Amino acid sequence: MRTMHGYAGSILRVDLSTGVASAQPLAEDLVNAYIGGRGFGAYLVYREVPPGTDPLGPGNKLVVAAGPFSGVFLPSGSKTSFSAKSPATGLYGDSNIGGHLAGELKYAGYDAVVLEGRAPVPSYLFIEDDKVEVRPCEKLWGIGAIKTEKALKDELGDEFQIATIGPAGENMVVFACVNHDIGRQAGRCGMGAVMGSKNLKAIAVRGTKGVPVADMSALRKVAGEMFSALAANPALKVWQDQGLAQVTTWSNSIGALPTRNFRQNFYENADALSGERMRSDIHVRDKACFACPMATGKYCKASHRGESVFLEGPEYETTALIGSNCGLGSIEEVAYANYMCDELGLDTISAGNAVAFTMECFERGIITKEDTGGIEARFGSLDAFVEIAKLIAARQGIGAPLSRGVRAAAAAWGGGSEDFAIQVKGLEWSGYESRGAPSMMLAYMTCDIGAHHNRAWSVTHDIAVGRNVIEGKAAKVVELQHVRPLFDCLGVCRLQWVELGLPLEYYARLYPAVTGRDDTWEDLLLKSERIWNLVRAFGVRERADFGRADDQPPRRFYTEPVPDGPLAGSRVTREDIDRLLDEYYDLRGWDRDGRPTVKTLERLGLADVAAELLAMGRIS
Amino acid sequence: MELDLDRCTGCRLCQLVCSVTNFSENNPKKAGIRVVSKLFTDARYDVIVCDQCGTCADVCPVGAINMDEGVVRIDADTCTNCGVCIDACPNGALFSHPEVAHPIKCVACGECAKYCPRGVLDALAGLRKVAS
Repeated sequence: MRTMHGYAGSILRVDLSTGVASAQPLAEDLVNAYIGGRGFGAYLVYREVPPGTDPLGPGNKLVVAAGPFSGVFLPSGSKTSFSAKSPATGLYGDSNIGGHLAGELKYAGYDAVVLEGRAPVPSYLFIEDDKVEVRPCEKLWGIGAIKTEKALKDELGDEFQIATIGPAGENMVVFACVNHDIGRQAGRCGMGAVMGSKNLKAIAVRGTKGVPVADMSALRKVAGEMFSALAANPALKVWQDQGLAQVTTWSNSIGALPTRNFRQNFYENADALSGERMRSDIHVRDKACFACPMATGKYCKASHRGESVFLEGPEYETTALIGSNCGLGSIEEVAYANYMCDELGLDTISAGNAVAFTMECFERGIITKEDTGGIEARFGSLDAFVEIAKLIAARQGIGAPLSRGVRAAAAAWGGGSEDFAIQVKGLEWSGYESRGAPSMMLAYMTCDIGAHHNRAWSVTHDIAVGRNVIEGKAAKVVELQHVRPLFDCLGVCRLQWVELGLPLEYYARLYPAVTGRDDTWEDLLLKSERIWNLVRAFGVRERADFGRADDQPPRRFYTEPVPDGPLAGSRVTREDIDRLLDEYYDLRGWDRDGRPTVKTLERLGLADVAAELLAMGRIS
Repeated sequence: MELDLDRCTGCRLCQLVCSVTNFSENNPKKAGIRVVSKLFTDARYDVIVCDQCGTCADVCPVGAINMDEGVVRIDADTCTNCGVCIDACPNGALFSHPEVAHPIKCVACGECAKYCPRGVLDALAGLRKVAS
């Protein structure tokens, strides 16, 4: 077998029901068409998880995949994608994790692990090079996600890289996350719930093999230039000092900071949640993902009611959704709530939304103290946050409906609350309130996994070309939806490009050096577009009525103008939303119901998918 | 030898650079340096690397380890990979690897210090960051 440069060369399949593991050679077709990481996840989940599969049943598959850049000598080849049918949305979902897992998986000899079935007892997956075992671990069931990582590190050694779930994952809360390296999470889409449904508490990996590359001297040259450019960048220092926590002040200044369940986008108390306060009040140590000069991870210490805890964070998203969106008063309070979510195994973005939604329902009288079990669920209360988070993780009391996400909780509680259940496709909205940013609004509406910012973080485009401009916004969203997820396919962090301006040209030069393949950057973008359409096809295949109705923002954003702050009075109109969607679908070659056409799928090399959907009568 | 451990972020670029430089591989286990996370116990990272003290040379039963202009080097042809030096090293800075027939240790090439984004390893080679 010829060496597949940039890859470990095999996929590990583990049937958790039987404990049987087998490594299969990585197929050239898969690599050529789908690159790695998220691309592998999308392809394998589309192919192997048929319509109607219960996301929390043994028929769902969890794909853990690195990319060709993971573990290789370049800045921050650190990203691992977790993909499965999402219990939050019922659609394809993926979420990626930084830290040190991706490279380790490849050093052990695997580009991806496909987890199938359900272990008969709580277990963890042990991987050390060719040795693969499903090991029972009843003792760890019920233990916090970080404590579980510590227990396994104590047992196996520090060189093992470990991904875990907390009680929320065990209990299959639909926004349970996968936790790794203390404070790194594959947070979105409930990948932790899928792990929990498989009785899988953790994955522990150690590898001793090298990742082959096509041209080591070319790689050293390009990577050397990249590391030099980063070291010389004057903006590096503030990233090293504050990491993503610095974004809070900026986001507030532009009227984008989610505040009190997205009623507002300006938080009068934002100074207390700033990156400076993180650094001065709670910071202990800088903490990096693999081979990353930025080290945006911030190891912090927080105390609450006499308990002192260490955690990684809070970064911007957590500060936005737990902090301003729940009206908390200090960065230390946010950090403590962050720690609780991490141990419980709750995605801080969705958990922040769920608690803020509860607080708004409580303050409006839609739910009462009788419903909350006595909790005074008011904005600003850390105690309320912690109690509600615990109930969600345990799926008890008001935590039961909330554990299925704000869309489900709104359906249960009624009272018009669906208007301010801030989600798309069943996934809660992340950290950019977008009434004053139409392209960012469209990015959330059309993000393939639900309301997440990372596919097209276009708020800077709105600022650059005009907050009220609609013209051309859809084109920017489409462009970014191809560029940004490409990083998730390659298994490399995108912050060095996004935040420090490292030119994309470097990544284009890395690709042939690492893989020996002659694809241009445009070729890679076409593959990214293929993946985008395959994910859309998953939804179209899944549900006869999937389409335009799934791409709608909550009513709050087009009925309630922003009440105060720098963007007071602004909103996106219903007409704006329809126009943005029409333009977006047209640019994508989808029909006005948001379904890819046969022609588009064929153009992208997805003729077999087109034939399948055509035979089902889903597309034309 | 004083490393500036307070500045270490645990990125392990030093391990990766070492394997790329000395073995032409992307393989942080095939390296003469290790970053160890002590976050759970001490809220910090540790770096384990040879300080060229020569204890290994003293204990080597076959004379495969010698001091060469201040750098302790292992002669791969003479070494029997018995592991006595690994056990004797006061810093735990000799590493075995399943694909390498002798212990791996720092040869003071200075590449890790050149790439370390925080200058943690400057003392290793007296070098500065890669960029100027």
